[in-house]
Amino acid sequence: MIGLFRLKRDYYAGALMILLGLIAAHDGTNYQIGTLQHMGPGYFPIALGILLVFLGMLIAGTASTEDAEASALPHAEWRGWLCIIAGPAAFILLGRYGGMLPATFACVFIASLGDRQSTLKGAAILATGVTVFGVLLFHYLLKIAMPVLTWGGV
Amino acid sequence: MIETALTDLWYGFSVALEPHNILWCFVGVLVGNMVGVLPGMGPVATISILLPLTFGMKPVAAILMLAGVYYGAQYGGAICSILLNLPCHPPHAVTCLDGYPLTKQGKGGTALGITVIGSFIGASFGITEMIFLAPLLVSLALKFGPSEVCSLMLLGLLAGSTLARGSPLKGVAMTVLGLIIGICGADIETGTPRLTFGIMELYDGVEIVALALGLFGIAEFMKSVNQNVTFDTKYANVKMRDMWPSGADIKKSIFPWIRGTLIGSLCALIPGTGPTIASFVSYATEKKISRTPERFGMGAIEGVACPEASTHSSVQGDFIPTMSLGIPGDTVMALLLGALMIQGIVPGPQLISQHPDIFWGLIASFWIGNIMLVVLNVPMIGLWVKLLAVPYKYLYPSALFFVCIGVYGANNDMFQVGLTLVIGMFGYILLLLGFHPAPILLGFVLGPRFEENFRRAMLISRGDIWVFVDIKNHPISTLFVGLSALLIGVQIVLWLRRSKFGPRVPAVPATPSEAEV
Repeated sequence: MIGLFRLKRDYYAGALMILLGLIAAHDGTNYQIGTLQHMGPGYFPIALGILLVFLGMLIAGTASTEDAEASALPHAEWRGWLCIIAGPAAFILLGRYGGMLPATFACVFIASLGDRQSTLKGAAILATGVTVFGVLLFHYLLKIAMPVLTWGGV
Repeated sequence: MIETALTDLWYGFSVALEPHNILWCFVGVLVGNMVGVLPGMGPVATISILLPLTFGMKPVAAILMLAGVYYGAQYGGAICSILLNLPCHPPHAVTCLDGYPLTKQGKGGTALGITVIGSFIGASFGITEMIFLAPLLVSLALKFGPSEVCSLMLLGLLAGSTLARGSPLKGVAMTVLGLIIGICGADIETGTPRLTFGIMELYDGVEIVALALGLFGIAEFMKSVNQNVTFDTKYANVKMRDMWPSGADIKKSIFPWIRGTLIGSLCALIPGTGPTIASFVSYATEKKISRTPERFGMGAIEGVACPEASTHSSVQGDFIPTMSLGIPGDTVMALLLGALMIQGIVPGPQLISQHPDIFWGLIASFWIGNIMLVVLNVPMIGLWVKLLAVPYKYLYPSALFFVCIGVYGANNDMFQVGLTLVIGMFGYILLLLGFHPAPILLGFVLGPRFEENFRRAMLISRGDIWVFVDIKNHPISTLFVGLSALLIGVQIVLWLRRSKFGPRVPAVPATPSEAEV
């Protein structure tokens, strides 16, 4: 089963590279290509895109189950993944509409809930600590341009 | 030549000893030493997080601090390997083999003492090598035209991607992807916005901070969350007086130190082979020439002394191509070059003459930093070991906040935080598919310069692509292209042999975590 995934993994890996290469090459066609002597802005993206497509084909073509690096598929860690993504997302939203204080608290609080051993109380304590430290350091000491507390954005 | 080098070095010390420079150097090595011990936080992630903080600093202080993190982490990584058997930092993975058995025998302190001395010897040699070799390389490189620069970059990119960890093919793909990401933004010649997909914020290109923190911050956290590493700190109580090695131990370690140092300094000169390869090669060498190879793995002090000396000599030597040619050998060096470029400093052979304060100040700070580390390491080990008890569940949420605020603070731009998040998710998908994202950064940093020089070379040669292998007019360029072809050839031969004889059994333990080499 894992062997099958590893084989498939290389197919997916190759396919992803082919897709990215095609995107780059296609984007390159929007600009002037020029000649080898006078390269236009489109020349490099197209060349690199084609190269990446070629590499993607090679990766998929040489896919083998006997990958030297026998890393088994990690089991899905949805809770951790979601919380790690949601933390910065909350930071972006609250940073824009609420200020540094709520943004920091929400970011750390949500992110720390991603660990299976964490509790609401523990997460809140950690978030409070980081918020106090963060606001002191980044707002008062390093003077990063973000209000501590605001309403409705700037 | 020696005289000018010494005068320059003297000048370097006057720069490095300025109070705020020495302070930042200290901060760097201290932070580096700490994260070196912590499993799950490596120098790459740390330097990425600290990078935005350096924007407001003077270039010299910024580079001294970031470099300090890198070599400081090497001192810390050894502690982690020897006392806890955790190969969380690739260059020190091999030290576990003999370091941990020594710890179990109650000789962990001695092993650490031997490591510290060996590290200092290795580092000193690496620095000396840099003092004399870098100006030599520069005088050669100043004669390079665009075609030479291009083929040298090609060699550096290929070596960095094929000799690193994981599948070489995937490494090259990552480098090309990095080159493509580097293209994003306005074209240098015509100003045409490329690969921006109509997003205004991308006109200035992707910020290196967003790329590095996405790939080595967020993606790493997604990989490591809930993968609790359990470890045993029961042997980790080391007293300071245990650390003085006995005369017999020192006598046993002298030649391994010297051999390790030489191997490390050689590895530093070959592009793409950093400290990790140096430490593995030197351990294998030491075992091979030993009269009692059976002692290795059971707690032979030589098995600690040799790889540690070579790691440190290679770490310092790594700076040679980076600072003299502007070609980074690995991710950390790419980040340091990125830090310089953000400060408006163009890396390349002209760096030493245009910014002698940076170059010689950095070298002088290496000495100062290494001495600080030797002094620091001894009393701090107890504290670092206690720090290990800080669980990952407190570490990553705090680090995530530093990522967000750092990216925001770089430009006061929330869009970049979102970009970091997207890059992080994408980076995790790459990790799942078996890619190591480290070469992306290499390609990203070199990409714009590569394109610029390539276009210039084509303009000069009137569109003749064979100019790179024109042995009569461009022998150096031909040499670089030849070496690149050799690298690809070796990989193909290795691949053919692997598919014929089946996979090789890895001789050393696999290294978990850390997307770096």
